[in-house]
Formats: sequence, structure tokens, C-alpha cells
Amino acid sequence: MGGVHPNDSKLARECRIETLPLPPVVYVSMAQHLGAPAKPVVTVGDFVKVGQVIAEPGGFISAYVHSPVSGTVKSIGPRKDLAGNFQTHVEIAVEGDVWMDGIDRSDKLVKEIPEDREEILKKIQMGGVVGLGGATFPAHVKLNPPAGKVAECLILNGTECEPFLTSDHRIMLERPREILVGAAIMQKVLGGCRCVVGIEENKPEAIAAMRAALSELGFPDMSVQVLKKKYPQGGEKQLIDAVMHRQVRSGGLPIDVGAVVQNVGTSLAVYEAVQKNKPLITNVLTVTGDDVPVSMQHNYLFRIGMPLSYIIGVAGGRPQQAAKIISGGPMMGKAISNLEATTVKGTSAILYLSEDQTRRQEAGYCIRCGRCADACPMGLEPFLLYRLTRVADLDGLEKNAVQDCIECGCCLYSCPANIPLLDYIRQSKGQVLGIIRSRNVKK
Amino acid sequence: MEKMLVSPSPHIHAKRSTTSIMVDVIIALMPAVIVSILFYGWSELMILAVSVVSCVLIEWLIAKFLFKRAELFTPSAAAVTGLLLAMNLPSTTPWWIAVIGALFAIGVVKMSFGGLGQNLFNPAIAGRVFLLISFPQQMTDWTAAPGFIHTTDAISGATLLGVYGEGGMEALQALGYPLDTSLFFDIGGSAGEISSIALLVGFAYLLIRKVVKPWIPLSIFGTVALISGIFYLADPMTFTGPAFNLLTGGMILGSCFMATDYVTSPMSTWGGVIFGVGIGLIVMMIRYFGSYPEGMSFAILIMNCFVPLLNMAFHQKKYGRA
Repeated sequence: MGGVHPNDSKLARECRIETLPLPPVVYVSMAQHLGAPAKPVVTVGDFVKVGQVIAEPGGFISAYVHSPVSGTVKSIGPRKDLAGNFQTHVEIAVEGDVWMDGIDRSDKLVKEIPEDREEILKKIQMGGVVGLGGATFPAHVKLNPPAGKVAECLILNGTECEPFLTSDHRIMLERPREILVGAAIMQKVLGGCRCVVGIEENKPEAIAAMRAALSELGFPDMSVQVLKKKYPQGGEKQLIDAVMHRQVRSGGLPIDVGAVVQNVGTSLAVYEAVQKNKPLITNVLTVTGDDVPVSMQHNYLFRIGMPLSYIIGVAGGRPQQAAKIISGGPMMGKAISNLEATTVKGTSAILYLSEDQTRRQEAGYCIRCGRCADACPMGLEPFLLYRLTRVADLDGLEKNAVQDCIECGCCLYSCPANIPLLDYIRQSKGQVLGIIRSRNVKK
Repeated sequence: MEKMLVSPSPHIHAKRSTTSIMVDVIIALMPAVIVSILFYGWSELMILAVSVVSCVLIEWLIAKFLFKRAELFTPSAAAVTGLLLAMNLPSTTPWWIAVIGALFAIGVVKMSFGGLGQNLFNPAIAGRVFLLISFPQQMTDWTAAPGFIHTTDAISGATLLGVYGEGGMEALQALGYPLDTSLFFDIGGSAGEISSIALLVGFAYLLIRKVVKPWIPLSIFGTVALISGIFYLADPMTFTGPAFNLLTGGMILGSCFMATDYVTSPMSTWGGVIFGVGIGLIVMMIRYFGSYPEGMSFAILIMNCFVPLLNMAFHQKKYGRA
């Protein structure tokens, strides 16, 4: 159903993961997961080690945050994130690289999975693991389905369907065994469901590497499935449809159809948290862009809290033609207005786009070609939602399922009249969701 | 700090524009245009030029001076209307009739509804029907001056459908039921009916470029074949058969290029199928029992009226909703 086929532009696919050197100062955001911001538990002047808890969950849907460096806490206060919104950050001046005791930093693969389900969940929660596929939803919540819901299939998302991004590709090539052990841990937590690793066909090396690792480890109930190259193949609902041939009902959760979807990066983070006692303080990001010289294309192992400007500097500076810099992919990433913002757990890329590539054209008139409806992976009719938004017909919008929009951007991408369909839809989706919520509260 | 562009996602675009789509339609019409110029000569070229130029000019004048909104002017779309209008006219049409057709198509049918994307009826067809009713004599005079290529001695004064409409099956058989000619060129007709093959080549291009989908033309062809097949089998001495009906008149131009007009056809696949079946039914009723020999234009215009209803009735299947 739907989808678009942009050029996949995986320019950094050959670049091995490099470890970024430490900056002099890091600023760790308290809002780097979906849900309530974390509450700092350190005070100014404290000396912290790498991996030490510096903030506790601020609610049920929230996550621990750990220090990515060793050093002295310089300040705790508001600082702008990449969109210019103020969030609480903990500033730490880096001194050496002293890790907490008990963290296993060796490369040795630990295959033996702890027996106790509760202990595993605790480790995942204490490790601050969140989903790294984009939504940064706390992993321990998703891995602990409510009573009465049974997980039949754990889908490991290795599609990486966003153009340009190669970080998942690289970890599948370089850390396939760790990813699979992470998946086995999650299978155990979910009560022994099967696991399918979904990878898009444009990553044959990753498919081969994951298959080789799988046969080496010999895990039963685990398989690698090759998926068609199509954006958004890696959308949670689309992936469930592709792998299980089931559709999540509108307003429902994946677990309703027996599915739990986790990104391959999350699986690696689960492995490190459970097997190595290493909390989620590192992740891999891609620095890339069209016409960016090869020497400036990178896949970096970064620590959270690193200023984006620092990473851009290490990578060789901002390319001349970069008119827009995006955190994430070109379809769903966020345009950065503040380069002093810092990396968070879910950062996946720093993408440079040229003016020609990214400048929006002036909107024309809808010619009712239907391309947006063909492209919509949710089967919605963006042209209609756009018209209904313009006349503020909220009933009509709800009837036509504006609330089901996943904001993948396929409609705007494909509109020949350059109508900012998704801008309109986002606005009315917010309103309609608000109405639905308040109606449910009244019931 | 250097300036940075900031806007909501998505940050890239397929780079397919309304203009590039319209240019594709123009390219797709070129085989038929070239064939018609070869057969009908300078007069055909003249009528094409007059029609295209008047459509573009009239749209510009209305957008600029009447609406005072220059952005309403889309030259590529106006050119498509101009081309299609000319392809529906005899090559002998006086130039001023083409101008009147353009004025009606663009001025009344398109711009008075608000311009591109707002019109209920297909402008080129409405323009053609307006001319057919206003100037019946000039609009049915198919006596063409010889063009650059001659395959028969002369081009006579009636189309195959005209012959059938006037004299029935007997008159048609007196001509030897010359079906094969209409694959390449008719005994008489407009640019749009001269060569089925040239039109189908153009339509194949539109399909390959993903400008249109085949469902509407296929459902028209299917309906026409079915109905004319039944009638032909029932009484071959009175009714023309499927091949004849599919290859004559405006069947292919109308189905492939005019019934598929985005603005005036349904958005959904099933809506399009019903739209096509409706056109097929109406055109066959007109051809068999109506007072006009050809009914494509009327069929499309009548079905245009149902498009808003079909759009309300048919939606594509949504994810996760039964």
C-alpha cells in the first residue's frame, strides 16, 4: 500500500564506524526520549564517571539518563535543542575517561542470556534504553506488554528506508552477532516469540552478514526477511503488514496484532545494557550529503551530549553547498536551526542538503492527479484532508482518518503542485487527536 | 553564523511538477499530431496553431487582467487544452471558429470555475460540443485538402461513423467496411481520429511515464466491446461490431486523453471504473440510437457531472480500517 521510491543515496555505506574523540564539554539533554523529561540527580560540582546515572525517569513513560563522559558537572539548566526549544541540560566538563565499575568494555561476545525475565527488564530500564528507530520510546515499556496481550513476533527493524542513512547498515555489518543476541534477549523477555529481522533489498551486504551471524549463533525461531525497497518500509505499521500480513487497527498498538517492533540499534543497546552493563550513552550517526566529498562522509560512534557543531568540525566542516542541515533522514528528519544543540540517544544522522535539493517551490493548484493518495502508506487521501483542513471541517477530517497519518511525508514529496499537504495535515491531526482524547476522557 | 534553511519535513521532493506532467501529455499527443499534419497538410497545422495560441493567450489575458492573479495562468495546461480542442476539429474549420472554441473552453468552462483544477467539465470537449451545436455545418465538413501523403485518391466528406449514421450498415458496406484504414488513417475526420496507432503509441508513453493509469480507458473499451458485441451478434446487418466501434471516431482520443483528465475524472480506481463504464454505455447508445453519429464528447461530458458524486462514494482502502 502506497509508498514512494526516492533515490536511496546511501553514500556513506562503505564508511566504517569511527569513534569520535571526546569534546571538552558535553551538554546532556533531559528530554531525549518520548514521554516525561528525566529529573537530574546530580548537583553542580559533582564528579561523575562514564555510565553513572545523572537523571531518573520523570514518569512512567520516561527513561534514565547516564553520563556519557567522566568529569565535573558545571551547570544544570535550560539550553536550546536543535529546534531552538529550551530543555534542561546537564553540562559536564570532560576530565579523562573514567568508566563506572562493572561495565564490560571488551569486544568479547557474551552469549549466555540471564534466566530471570524481571532482571533483564530491570537492566534494560536501568540502562536507559529507548527505541532508536526514531520515536525513542522507552524500550522496557514496549517489551512489557499489558496483561492479556501476547507477543507472537518480534520484528527487528533493519530496513533503514530513509535515504542517506547508513548507521543501521553499518552496525548490521560490524556488530551482527551482538544485535542478534540482543534480539534473543528481547524474545526471552516477551515470552519466547519468534523473531524476524526485516532488511530492505538494497543492503545485500547487511543481509549476508546478519544471515551468517544467525547461522553461526544457531538461534532457533529467528530469521532474516528481505523486504522490498520502498519508503516508508520501516514504518512500524508498514513493517508489521509486510512481515506478518496483519494491520494494526486505527488507534491500536502493534501488540494488539501480536507484534513488537524494535530497531536493530535498539537491539544492540539492549545487548550492551544486559550483557555488558553498559547503559545507552553511545549510538552511531551518519554524516553525509549529496556532493559532499568522500573524506567528509562518516559513520561515527558518538556519545550523547556532543555538540553538533563539534561533530561537524571533526568531520571536516560544513560543506559550502549545505543550505539545510538535518538531524535524521530527508523524509522525517528535523531541520536544525541551532548547531550548538547536542546529540541525543536517538540521533541518527547529520545530513547536508543543498538549496537546489531542499528549497520548497511555490505551491500551485491541486490538479487532482491523485499522486498523494497513491503515495500514502496509510491509504489516506491527503488532497481531501488538505481541502477539509482549509475549511476547518474537523468532523470530516476525523471521518477521513486524519488521525491515522504517520507524517512520513510521502504526500508532500510526490505533489506536483508543491502543495504543503503535510503541513496542513499535521495541524488538523493535532486538533482532531485533541478532540478524540477529550472525548475519551469524558467517557 | 551562516544562514540555514529551516522547514518541516519532508526535506526532498520527487521533482515532478504540474508543468512536466503537462509537457508529457503534449509529447504523448505528438505522434497523432504529426500523422494528422502529414495527411491533412497546412490547414491542419494552421488549426492546431490557432487553437493552442488562442487557448494560452486567452488564459493569460483572463488571469492577468480579469482576475489580476497571474499565478492562475498555467501555459502548459492551456496548451494541452488547445491541442485537444484542435484535434477534435475538422482540418477545414475556419480559424475564427477555433478561436471561439478556445474562448468557450478556457474562458467559460475553465476560468469561470476558478481556473486550473477547479473546472467540472473537460474544457476541450465542452469547447468542441459548443462548436458542434453552434456551427453544425462547418463542424461536420470533413472534406479535407490533400496533405503531404496520399494513400487514397481523395478524402471524402464523411467519417465512417458519419456514413453509418446517415445510411446505416448498407452504406458502410458499400464502402467495403474499410476497418483497416482507421488503424492508420480514416477516410475523413479530425486529427484526433485519424490514426488509432499513433494515439495508442502516445498513450503507452503516458502509461510508462506514470502520468495516467489504464483503468478508465480499459473500462470504456471493455464496455464498448461488450455492448457492441452483443448488438452485433444479435443483428449484424443493423449494428456495427466491436472492432469498428473501438477504432472509429473519438473513441481512443476520448478514452485515453480526455476521459483521463485528472481534474474531470474520479480520484479512486473504482470511481474511475464506473466512470468508464458510464461513458461506454452512453457512447454506444448515442452511436446506435442517437441523432448524432458520434457520442464520445457527450458521453464524457455527461459522466463529468457524476465525478463529484463518485469522489464522495469511492475512497481507497485505508490501512487498519475494515
